[in-house]
Amino acid sequence: MRHIISLLMENESGALSRVAGLFSARGYNIESLTVAPTEDKTLSRMTIVTSGSDEVIEQIIKQLNKLIDVVKVLDLNDGRYLERELMLVKVKATGAWREEMKRMSDIFRGRIIDVADDTYTIELTGSGSKLDAFLEALDKAALLETVRTGASGIGRGDRILKV
Amino acid sequence: MELTGAEIVIRCLQEENVKFVFGYPGGAVLNIYDEIFKQDLFKHILVRHEQAAVHAADAYARATGQVGVALVTSGPGATNAVTGIATAYMDSIPLVVISGQVPTAAIGQDAFQECDMVGITRHCVKHNFLVKDVKDLACTLKKAFYIASSGRPGPVVVDIPKDVTALSTKFEYPKSVQLRSYNPVIKGHPGQIKKALKLLLEAKRPIIYAGGGVVLGNASDLLTRLVQKLGYPMTNTLMGLGGYPATDRLCLGMLGMHGTLEANMAMHEADVILAVGARFDDRVIGNPAHFFQNPRKIIHIDVDPSSISKRVKVDVPIVGDVKHVLAEMLALLDEMDKGPNAAALKVWWQKIDAWREKKCLNYKRDEKIIKPQYVIEKLWEVTQGDAFVTSDVGQHQMWAAQYYKFDKPRRWINSGGLGTMGVGLPYAMGVQLAYPKAQVACVTGEGSIQMNIQELSTCKQYHLPIKVILLNNRYLGMVRQWQEFFYGNRYSESYMDSLPDFVKLAEAYGHVGMRIERSSDVEGALKEAFAMKDRLVFMDFVTDQTENVFPMVPGGKGLSEMILAEDL
Ligand SMILES: Cc1ncc(C[n+]2csc(CCOP(=O)(O)OP(=O)(O)O)c2C)c(N)n1
Repeated sequence: MRHIISLLMENESGALSRVAGLFSARGYNIESLTVAPTEDKTLSRMTIVTSGSDEVIEQIIKQLNKLIDVVKVLDLNDGRYLERELMLVKVKATGAWREEMKRMSDIFRGRIIDVADDTYTIELTGSGSKLDAFLEALDKAALLETVRTGASGIGRGDRILKV
Repeated sequence: MELTGAEIVIRCLQEENVKFVFGYPGGAVLNIYDEIFKQDLFKHILVRHEQAAVHAADAYARATGQVGVALVTSGPGATNAVTGIATAYMDSIPLVVISGQVPTAAIGQDAFQECDMVGITRHCVKHNFLVKDVKDLACTLKKAFYIASSGRPGPVVVDIPKDVTALSTKFEYPKSVQLRSYNPVIKGHPGQIKKALKLLLEAKRPIIYAGGGVVLGNASDLLTRLVQKLGYPMTNTLMGLGGYPATDRLCLGMLGMHGTLEANMAMHEADVILAVGARFDDRVIGNPAHFFQNPRKIIHIDVDPSSISKRVKVDVPIVGDVKHVLAEMLALLDEMDKGPNAAALKVWWQKIDAWREKKCLNYKRDEKIIKPQYVIEKLWEVTQGDAFVTSDVGQHQMWAAQYYKFDKPRRWINSGGLGTMGVGLPYAMGVQLAYPKAQVACVTGEGSIQMNIQELSTCKQYHLPIKVILLNNRYLGMVRQWQEFFYGNRYSESYMDSLPDFVKLAEAYGHVGMRIERSSDVEGALKEAFAMKDRLVFMDFVTDQTENVFPMVPGGKGLSEMILAEDL
């Protein structure tokens, strides 16, 4: 099953490679991994999307906790959570596509953030599956380039991950 | 007053009460070596290869329980140390390895003797640090010692660029460290402990399975009390030997790939297993699918939560320091009016005794040819079971584990997890330095000993009266055994050709050499060697070339599917 794991770690050089290295060394899947400093500059927050059986996920959580730089780990799937990902999509905007792409962007609540003679760049946020759905719906012939940030996750309500 | 980085390193080691630093100098650590020259609070042991420095520090830690310390230069010094570090990591040994690094400004420029030590060792350390600012040096070393020795112990690398050792700062050694991200659990959960006891007392076919965690956690006395109070059978892993007296009736010996019939069968048929500081390794339980065929309940005590339910699903996990948890268990047990199920236990012991009757460690004795098992039996007798025994990796290691009955913890020093050939001699050095008066035997093979034989020179320099017990079968015996059993006798590259004359070699290094070729000479030679209390004696026992280690659970098979000597 797909799991979203959130963790806080010391904002130190090498911390990211320890986490990434753990996943490759132990053969765990990584679908995506995002990391950035938090409001507390000494901490970074990472969101990892992974998949595996319950036993594998349990081991992943334990192994992450074992890393000395990792301060806290939360499996978001243990409760209610929100997931958002940002995607930028460059599409052809010539001929009939110019209207069509604008319409598609509106349907998915995207924003066109760059307009050129032959292309649009659309910004879209949502869960991973919403972004997938957008790409599915798009005329493949018009698709020029995509870039995704990977998912960020946060617990709902009073589920808070903080030191 | 300000101190240089190099002076700070020395001061920190002194603050940590380090007695020995095992090392080898080079450009990046010259400032540190200059400070070593000026002090005499700890002794530096100059090895002949950095791998041996780390192994010796590792053995010092295994034998004493103190953190071992090694010091190596950048680049090749650091990479030579890696096998030693990985070996210590796999067996959870507390080490601090200090490596030199090129100056901070040169890092990343492919400078002379540069290697990314932090990157290279990431997967074989408990943690590692690159110290970029001399102001962080003392605090980092404090953290290194703390991390290495607390929780589940392990090696920590501190990589120090040369300029950091030259720059100065105010020195203050922190009294203690707090890491918000690292808080090893010490006390076990009381509810879990109660549950475990209940399960244990209800057991009809219990077994206590104890690993290296008992030795590392200094919990042998408590384990012994618990086992004896319950009267339950117990078995040790390779790493746990000595954690419970091997000569006691309740001890079934070692389990696993080369475990005894009684230990493996009891483990396989038990209805409740109490695992203490052990990790259900593949060399211990064999094929996990086969292991799961029998329904049973498992209680698992370990400091490392990630060891629990990693390979087998555990019913009652107890995370905590084994010493605390066992003490807690014993206290609770004392309060209870209920004891074990005596009737069931009697039946269980009858079954176990029947397995024992098979005497699976019996071997064909020979009047002339030296049987390797016989050498170990005699070694045990001659040293009155009181020696420190280090070993290399191979058949000789298994025979040492099977036939030397360890009654005390920290006496059996070997590479269990990584299985590193070449550890034996440097391990013996670390032990002999820690206990200069003790009898230290290094059981080895002619393949393994040649992996670090240069250390005979170190032994000479520091007058280490080690007894090298070479079981010389002219084969990479363990490889040969697998080729005999599983590869149709195709002995691909497992014959050791062009062996040196070990007697002359030992003499060339300034030691005593002996060659023993007849069974009847074994005991006398051992007595003679151990009587030479101040000399290293290299004993080349010319042993039966094709002897195999039994029992054996072939790879991929279940614990009860052992090959016994009598089957062949
Ligand atoms: C560094 C290293 N290389 C290879 C091996 C694989 N290996 C395991 S046992 C063994 C043979 C050891 O031969 P020897 O030291 O002569 O001991 P024997 O088995 O004959 O007692 C080998 C090659 C290893 N464990 N370590």
